[in-house]
Amino acid sequence: MIGSETLILASLSLPIVGAGAIALCGRLPNLREAATLITAALLLSCVAPLLPMVLAGERPALMLFEMLPGLPIAFTVEPLGMLFALVASGLWIVNSLYSIGYMRGNNEEKQTRFYVCFALAIAAAIGIAFAGNVFTLFVFYELLTLVTYPLVTHHGTDKAKAGGRTYLGILIGTSVVFLLPALVFTWYVAGTTDFTPGGILGGKLSDVALAGLLFLYMFGIGKAALMPFHRWLPAAMVAPTPVSALLHAVAVVKAGVFSVVKVIVYVFGADTLVAQGGADWLTAIAGFTIIAASIVALRADNLKRRLAYSTIGQLSYVILAAALLTPLSLAAAALHIAAHAVGKITLFFAAGAIYTAAHKTNVSELDGIGRRMPWTMGAFAIGALSMIGLPPAAGFVSKWYLLSGAMGAGEWAVVAVLLASTLLNAGYFVPIVYRAFFRPPSAEDEHHPHGEAPLLMVVALTTTAAATLALFFFPGVPLALAQQMLGG
Amino acid sequence: MSFSSFFSHYDYWVMLFLAMAGLYVVIARGNLIKKLVGLATLQTSVYLLYLVPGKLVGGTAPIVHTAFTLYSNPLPHVLILTAIVVGVATLALGLALAVRIREEYGTIEEDEILHIELGPAKNESPK
Amino acid sequence: MSFAEHLPVLQVVVPLVSAPLAVLFRDRLAAFLLVLAGSWAAFAISILLWLQVRESGIISYAIGSWPAPWGIEYRVDALSSLVLMLVSGVGAVVLPYCRSSIVREIRPDTHYLFYAMFALCLTGLLGITITGDAFNLFVFLEISSLSSYVLIALGKDRRALVASYQYLIMGTIGATFIVIGVGLLYVKTGTLNLADMGVRLQDMTSHRPVLAALAFLTVGISLKLALFPLHQWLPNAYAYAPSAVSAFLAATATKVSVYALLRFYFSVFGETAIFKQLPMEDLMLVLALAGMFVASTVAIFQNNLKRLFAYSSVAQIGYIALGISFDSVTGLTATIVHLVNHAVTKGSLFLLLGAVMASMGGVTLARVQGVGRVMPVTTFGIVLCGLSLIGVPGTAGFVSKWYLILAALEKGQWWLVFLIVLSSLLAVVYVWRFVEAAYFRAPRADLLQAREASLGLAIPAWILVGATIWFGVDTSVTVGSAAAAANMLLGVTP
Repeated sequence: MIGSETLILASLSLPIVGAGAIALCGRLPNLREAATLITAALLLSCVAPLLPMVLAGERPALMLFEMLPGLPIAFTVEPLGMLFALVASGLWIVNSLYSIGYMRGNNEEKQTRFYVCFALAIAAAIGIAFAGNVFTLFVFYELLTLVTYPLVTHHGTDKAKAGGRTYLGILIGTSVVFLLPALVFTWYVAGTTDFTPGGILGGKLSDVALAGLLFLYMFGIGKAALMPFHRWLPAAMVAPTPVSALLHAVAVVKAGVFSVVKVIVYVFGADTLVAQGGADWLTAIAGFTIIAASIVALRADNLKRRLAYSTIGQLSYVILAAALLTPLSLAAAALHIAAHAVGKITLFFAAGAIYTAAHKTNVSELDGIGRRMPWTMGAFAIGALSMIGLPPAAGFVSKWYLLSGAMGAGEWAVVAVLLASTLLNAGYFVPIVYRAFFRPPSAEDEHHPHGEAPLLMVVALTTTAAATLALFFFPGVPLALAQQMLGG
Repeated sequence: MSFSSFFSHYDYWVMLFLAMAGLYVVIARGNLIKKLVGLATLQTSVYLLYLVPGKLVGGTAPIVHTAFTLYSNPLPHVLILTAIVVGVATLALGLALAVRIREEYGTIEEDEILHIELGPAKNESPK
Repeated sequence: MSFAEHLPVLQVVVPLVSAPLAVLFRDRLAAFLLVLAGSWAAFAISILLWLQVRESGIISYAIGSWPAPWGIEYRVDALSSLVLMLVSGVGAVVLPYCRSSIVREIRPDTHYLFYAMFALCLTGLLGITITGDAFNLFVFLEISSLSSYVLIALGKDRRALVASYQYLIMGTIGATFIVIGVGLLYVKTGTLNLADMGVRLQDMTSHRPVLAALAFLTVGISLKLALFPLHQWLPNAYAYAPSAVSAFLAATATKVSVYALLRFYFSVFGETAIFKQLPMEDLMLVLALAGMFVASTVAIFQNNLKRLFAYSSVAQIGYIALGISFDSVTGLTATIVHLVNHAVTKGSLFLLLGAVMASMGGVTLARVQGVGRVMPVTTFGIVLCGLSLIGVPGTAGFVSKWYLILAALEKGQWWLVFLIVLSSLLAVVYVWRFVEAAYFRAPRADLLQAREASLGLAIPAWILVGATIWFGVDTSVTVGSAAAAANMLLGVTP
């Protein structure tokens, strides 16, 4: 039996070592891709054994060193982080399969740099997941921004450069201007930044200061894409599709909402926030973001752009759930992190597959494509179901808990927002599925026959679609983790 | 400030006048050599600042002898000897630089050098 | 007396002696080896002194066995030992770099003089730091200044001459102001020993000459440390000096001036209530903020990278001054930590730029476009240093920023917190101008054949880059020493 400290350390260092190996194998594509896949598999095999320990109530911990006096780089595996780490490491394997298919299928340049940065991004995500204090989280959060920048600007075109500017400007800007002061202030007030069940700020701040600090945290975590700091996400769509999948499903936005939930639960403490009434405005802004993003998505013709705005809305589900501060809704927040991950990655995989096979990027061009790419569009339909929140997809479970929480708290405005957004979600996803399967292909398309995308891509997107369904039927593990989180 | 106290500190006024005159020349003149002259004046004025308080009326050189009881403070003189050396070195280096600038640019007027570097269009803009 | 007891004087004498010897040999290699030996010895001595101070507290050394306050005292305490280590360390790293670097930039028959000047400059900077005597400080200041004027004038570009001349004028005015300040203090107290001065000034807090001395010293030293708006000499001097000189001066000269300012403020005036008489803190605060924002904004619009990062230096000096303006232990810790961190960051940055200059023939943005493709390693190093300027966690710059924000929070000044973080966004802009030029544009056709710099340039540069990262991850040396020094300056027992 390997010790838990070794496992944590291995989880953190494996992707970094893997990145080194990938860089060394840069000239031999097959070996390089093998390195990626082996690293991904090893990573999952290091993260998975931690699960039974966490479920058994243990909190494996590892302290590396003190970076500043009293501020260690330390890791504690708690249920929420466990969930995030599982999602990230599990989806990395699938995403790697897909990336190989996509990058080769499209003859992308600089593939070595791509895989290296990808592995480093996973390392940063694992660091965020296991972070034992806000300080550690912040360090890896910034690292994640920087290593994903080369991925976003992968194409090196002017458009990529502009997208990269927005991406970096908003993410670095918010984290430096809001998150860093929030972090220093937390340290100054509480004398610690450790994630502690029940929070570390109880009774230490006035109501106003607490609300102000929450404001700094929520807008500081720009990766959660709360409006008005959401524009980096559509801007980052210039990246190759596997990167979009990474941003939306595996690492970046998940790191954002994960940090939001973690800060609310373990820094503020739900009870403290309820007692001092600091989170009402957050509910309002999250609700607004959900509706506004859905409306923008409704009008977007570019498929990836539509998906991006859908993500912004879905992220605010998590924030909204966390801001309600009831046990049920907090569980919903945790569940939705996992549910949205598998659902959205399926959708992006499908979008990428369509681009690779048919070179189409707009919704209006997709008439009849379902007949040529039945697997892809079938998976897409399942992902869309999950986004709307219908059975038998994972999104239903989390939305159910969220609605129950909102009703239990008597927040009827929230219930109304959720219902409205469900309709809007249906409004922008159903037409795509309808076009794909029920409209005849345009005349022009008849002359350009194409089939499914490369096999690896289809395997990947089928797997995630299956996972979306599986999470509906067997939500045991995420539920158990969510309950662990609430139980302390 | 009374009239007598004004005049009893005349040595400081001289020092101040020299210092300000030197500083003015450094700032106002565009000729590299004249600037150095101003700089030297400024430095020299400081020598006075040190030397003046070291002198006691009726005091003599600090060589212990039963005939004398009042000695001037020797330390300022020592300090200023050092300062003079520094001043000479600065002046020498400044002149050497002026010579090299003249070799490279063919002029020692500041505005002409600016003109050469920036071109006629930007001549008015301060550097 | 044992050898160890003479370390304080050897700290200055060893590099000092290497200078005339280098001239006497009149040989490039011999001069290099002599000065190299001198600077490495100085570094070793400074480490020994640092360890000794940490063990047993302040070391006082009487030159020629004349006891203080009559004789000149060399005084090594928590602050000066740290600065000594910084200066001699940077010197020890930059010197090997000089050998590969100046071949392209300076006439071979004058190399031995270059090394001699370098040794003198190092001597002067070490002397300023170690001496406990006000006039001695001025003399060392002039030794370092005069030699640095020469070093700058050796630049290949003829504008180096003008830059050096400008610096000479400004620097001499600054030094003269310092002597005037010292003179006024001497007249009032009758002593030149800094510690003794502090004690004697306690009874004369409201005397006008003392206030005038404070004003003269502030202006004089601020000229030397390029505090905004007295920074005009700096950008040209850094931009046109030989690469190695830019790196050495950027890392040490202004930092030692900061040290001198801290000395006068806290060891001499700090003992008294003089600060209550003049709004020094507000003055520092305003100038620091102005420097942070104005200089960063100017940096954004520069096309020559050396000038760009020179303006960035002026902005970073603003951070250092900001820490002083807080007048608290945390604020001074931030100042001292940033003094070290910025020295290491800027030093490595200018060394790497020198490497780019050697391969690409210049450092204007138009010329270095696409440098990420032809010199990937060096470019990556520059980006790392840029991240440190921004203050990304894991780099040295983050540590400084952390303490600055903490110090502002201790004072309850939230608006300052936001100004500090906003100004670092300006750093993002100017660093990213380089990143985009380096990675998103193709190299010029005539520069496609450019290759990575030779190891003689790369190794010293990467030692400092390594230090930039190391001081961002393991802060026990920097923060530990800085906190000890801040406590000592403010007379607080931790």
